Order: sequence, then structure tokens, then C-alpha cells
Amino acid sequence: MHIIKDGELIHNTWEYIADHHPLIAGNITISLQRWQNYQADCLQHQGQLGIRLQSTDHCNSLSNELAKFSLIELEFPRFADGRLFSLAKLLRSRYAYAGEIRAIGHYLTDQVFYLSQVGVNSFAFDTLKQAELALTALQDFSVSYQSND
Amino acid sequence: MYQYQSKDQTLIEERVSQFRGQTERFLNGELDTDAFRALRLMNGLYIQTHAPMLRVAIPYGTLSSAQLRKLAAIARDYDKGYAHFSTRQNIQFNWPKLEQVPDILAELATVQMHAIQTSGNCIRNTTTDALAGVAVDELEDPRPYCEIIRQWSTLHPEFAYLPRKFKIAVSAAQQDRAATQFHDIGVHLIRHTNGELGYRILLGGGLGRTPMIGKIINEFVAETDLLSYLEAIVRIYNLYGRRDNKYKARIKILVHELGIENFRQQVENEWQAIRAELALMPETISAMKRHFQPPNYATDAENDLSFAKAIAQNEQFAKWVQWNTQNHKIKGYRAVFISLKAPNSPPGDITHQGLELIAELAEHYSFAEARSTHRQNLVLADVKQADLYPLWQKLTEFNFATPNIGTATDIICCPGLDFCSLANAGSIGIVRELNQVLNDWDYLHDLGDIKINISGCMNGCAHQSVGHIGILGVDKKGVEWYQITLGGNSENEAAIGERLGPSVAKNQIVKAITDILEIYLQYRLIDEPFLATVKRLGLTPFKEKVYAHY
Repeated sequence: MHIIKDGELIHNTWEYIADHHPLIAGNITISLQRWQNYQADCLQHQGQLGIRLQSTDHCNSLSNELAKFSLIELEFPRFADGRLFSLAKLLRSRYAYAGEIRAIGHYLTDQVFYLSQVGVNSFAFDTLKQAELALTALQDFSVSYQSND
Repeated sequence: MYQYQSKDQTLIEERVSQFRGQTERFLNGELDTDAFRALRLMNGLYIQTHAPMLRVAIPYGTLSSAQLRKLAAIARDYDKGYAHFSTRQNIQFNWPKLEQVPDILAELATVQMHAIQTSGNCIRNTTTDALAGVAVDELEDPRPYCEIIRQWSTLHPEFAYLPRKFKIAVSAAQQDRAATQFHDIGVHLIRHTNGELGYRILLGGGLGRTPMIGKIINEFVAETDLLSYLEAIVRIYNLYGRRDNKYKARIKILVHELGIENFRQQVENEWQAIRAELALMPETISAMKRHFQPPNYATDAENDLSFAKAIAQNEQFAKWVQWNTQNHKIKGYRAVFISLKAPNSPPGDITHQGLELIAELAEHYSFAEARSTHRQNLVLADVKQADLYPLWQKLTEFNFATPNIGTATDIICCPGLDFCSLANAGSIGIVRELNQVLNDWDYLHDLGDIKINISGCMNGCAHQSVGHIGILGVDKKGVEWYQITLGGNSENEAAIGERLGPSVAKNQIVKAITDILEIYLQYRLIDEPFLATVKRLGLTPFKEKVYAHY
């Protein structure tokens, strides 16, 4: 796993704990279902907590709890599923989430510029080559009609 | 017309570089077919039956002479010497080489053109009335608003991977010439009873497999709220539109499934949250309007006497004026339609010499600007009446003055089986045959306003379901057959055509059309247009005639 965060390659410190596995100490992400069903357990966890959202998840139910998460992972089921672009935008603008938002799963290096524009600041790739390509792609455009710079 | 600022220019140049990189990676085998497909479509590049097809955006149909010349050069240097205008005011090249497309895009960028979002599941080119700014029945010039929408939608980071394609059309006239009721969003510029300018917003119209007429989602959105309202709609669509079935993914299906009331409520909630942030400032609107100032019209244009004289003396010219020109806001000027429907030419096609000629004529007679129309013709919008006769002579010489605008041979037609990999049946051949039958001008003009639309498949690129006569090519065990619909209308009295009966064989379709026209002539009341006769009589007499021998 190769991670870009805020435009730089960094070492990954996070691990996703699937619903049927017990929580472990350290920086972990969990599913929305686990959070909703076992919130108290999750909060007793030793280390930082993050949540992994799917494109079918909605964040309105989380709006008051977002501050508890240091990382939100957005998992693409396939690159053409654009729902997570809106979800990221809502997390940043509507719910003022200030932590790390990371794109994971099946998406393209060619999408990182748009993702960065809707508030995703971290990207996970399987290969170093992809990550390096993504670093370049983050610079694809120096202007945008949707932001005021 | 809108002139690029440095930001616009930088953006399209950076887009060219981005696409060049993507094409190289694909050709090197570093980008798989699926991924490249999505990326190239978002830049208007299809892979067709014989070769790639590149669709170039003509924002709301406006073209400068310099742009026309560049399009001519591209047709000459990178294609087989011609191009094709689409129903959404864009232009298509049918024979470019994949590896040369980045170079074509770089050429386009030198004249402020691009192919951004001319295909793919994103917000497409915003279209409008080809008579924008000159139409007599217009409330306001819609083009500044179209440009505002163009900029908002161009490379919108949130809306590049929608469930399906998304089309917006704007109209500001009493007569809808932009088929706004058949777009995902139709925007009507209107004035509130209190005098305030704003928009009526229609939602969920569309053609294709499931044609639907747009429903009014908001009777009046204030001028300042245009982008926030559009963004709210597209966000709801992006979040909740169906992605499980491509044929149910358009917003019309979501509107249908949720119901317009429910949809309206969701949009309303979203809109209120973003309304302030996306408000259009009055200075933004007035700055945009300055790009669309009326040209320097001559104040004495109507004093000319030669025009009336030429009409009186030349019957051919008079006919052309009657059918191929329209009234203009400014006295002494007319808007001229350049027919791309000459009998021997595929509808909407134009050669590179033709493009060069139009560029020159536009420069000479119409402030160096032309427009492409929804019905695949071109318009010179600002021609002095004194110039009409010499212009007509030039157009006649080059086969652009066929006096058939709005008549039965002004046919909307898709590329069909000859070019398109989706098509089930040929369409261009049917048009050629129809032209052979309808070759008498008096007969054609007597038939009057008849819109025939022919699509080679269900996707309905030629809008057959809203043709007064719609023809749809279908495949029956490898043989081309044609379904006929009657009574469709994409204008104010929007209607979806009704199916006449079973599909007819290829060698019967032209006969079927002429039968329909014959019944119309037989039963029409004085001055009754075709569509009104169909409405009054219903399908029965037409059916009886067409299927008499079946």
C-alpha cells in the first residue's frame, strides 16, 4: 500500500478491521455498520479511530460524530461510481470535517485531481508506480471554474 | 461572443496535456480499455464502426469565422475532408486517427475550442436557441446564462462520474427552439409578475428509449440562484440516481420513481444549504453580458430598397427568403438559415470547403459569427436585407440555399448504420430516397412545416420520438425495418409521437411516408399544418392508407 497525503508520499499507519475481526490497538478504521452497532466498544479502542465509507453510505447520520474520526476512507467499488465525490464534498463543506479523507479501492490515478477538488487529501494505491503517477496528476490543472483561485 | 480570459485558455491547454498523457498511456498499454474508454468519452472520443469519432463542443452553437476555418483545417488535415453537425449544436469528425486526437485538440485550443464533456456520464454542452440575441420573440439574450452554465459545468470535479449523461438547454423565447422539454434540465428565462428576471426550471425530460417530457420543478428561481439550483439538482441525482442499470440511470427515471414532489423537496433542502455560497452576483452577470453585446448594427439598414425589388423580380430568391430567413429584432436585418440538407448530401454534413466558405460569408455579411442549430443547419444571424441577394447567390452556387428549412426534407438524421456501431438500420439512405421523391419545391412548400426525424436505433440520436413524423430503424433478424410514429413535437406543445403500427420493410418506408403526406393533403383544412391535422384526425386515416396492402 502506497499513500499520498497532502501531496507527499507517506508511510501508512492505518489498518482496516473487518466486522468479523476483533478490534486491535493502533490506528484502525471500521465500517459504518460496526460504528452504528457497537459505538461504545469502538470508543474504548486504544489508538486513533477512523471509518470506512462505501458509496451507498450516507453521512447525515454521522454529522455529529465526525470529530471522533481521524480518518475517513472512501472506498470506490468501481471508478465510474461518482457518489463518493459528492460524499467527500458534503463531508468537507456541509459537515466541516477537518481530518484526513482518503480514497481507496477501485479508482484511477486520472481521478485524483477531481478528488482533491472535492476535499479528498489522501490517496491509497497498490503500486508505487500508480502513486507516482497520481502525484503528477494532482498537478493536472492550475485553474478551475469551481474554485475562486 | 464570449472571448476567453487567460484562465479559460490555461484550462483547455492543460486539458489537452492531460488527454495527451492518457492517450500515450493507453497506446503504451499502461491504461486498460475500460478506464481509457471513460476518459476518452469525457473528451468526446468514441470508437465507431470504421474509425474513432471525435465530437467537438460548440458552446450553445456559437462559432466565429476563425473557429470555422480551424474546423475546416482539421477536416482537411486529420479527416476525410468533411465534418457533421449534431442535434446538440456540436460538430463531429468521423475519421480521425486515435494517436492524432491530442494534436487535433491542441489545434482546437488555439481558437478557444475543445471537446470537453461532449460525451460520457457528465454534464454535456449547454444548448440554446440558434436565434439567441436576435429572435423577435425573445425576453433576454440567453447566451450569457449559457456561458455561466458552461463554466460552472466544465470540469466540475463533483459531477464527472454521474449515473448517466446530463444535458441542459436554455430558452428565452416564447417559441421553444431548443427542445428544452426534452432535456435533463430545461431552463426558461422568464420575468416574474413583479418584474424580476429569473428562471422556470424543468426536470427529467429526455428522449432515447424512454422518452419523457420534462416536468416543472420550480416555477420561478431568482436570477441570482441559477447555479445553486442546478448544483442542488445534479448533487441529488449523483447521490441517488440508479447505477445498477444503464437504461434506468437517466435523471428522468429517478424523477419518475421518486415523484416530482419528493424530488422537489430533496432539491429544496439541498438548495437552501448551498444557496448563499453559490449566489451569482449582479456584477458577475453584467460582466458576462458585456461579452454578448449586440454587434454594431447599421441604423439605416431598413432604408434599402434593393431587397424588395429582388424579391419581386426573382421567384427563387423570394422562396428562399420565405423559407430560409427569419425576422430579426433589428429592422432591416434578417437571420439566414444555411441549409445543410441539400438533396444529395447527408443531413448536417459539411465539407472543409463549405466550412471555409461559411467563415468567409460570416465575415462578410454577419459580423464574423455563425451558429449551429438544433436541426443540424447553420445560421448567419445578422444579415442586412441589402446583403441577402448577393448572399443567396453565393449560397446557391455552393449548394447551401436549398429552400427547405422547416419542411419535410429538413430532416434530422443520425449517422446510422453507415457510421455508427450502435445502429440497427441505415438512416442516411432513407433521407436520400425521400429527397428523390420530394424533389418538387411547390409540393414541398405546399406541405409546409413538417419535421421528419430519422434514427437508426433506439438510442434516438435524431430524436425520432419528437418528429412530426418519426422513423426508427430496428433490426429484425439481421434485416433493416422501420417503425413510424406520428404527432411528436419538441416545441411548446411538447408531445411524444404515437406509433402508427407494425414496422415496415426498407423498400416500403419511403412509400409509407409519402402515403402519410398524401392523407394530410387530402384531409387538411385551409392553412392547417400537418401536426394539427394529425391531432384532429388521430392516426386512423394514416394507418388505413399505410397498411392498406399489408
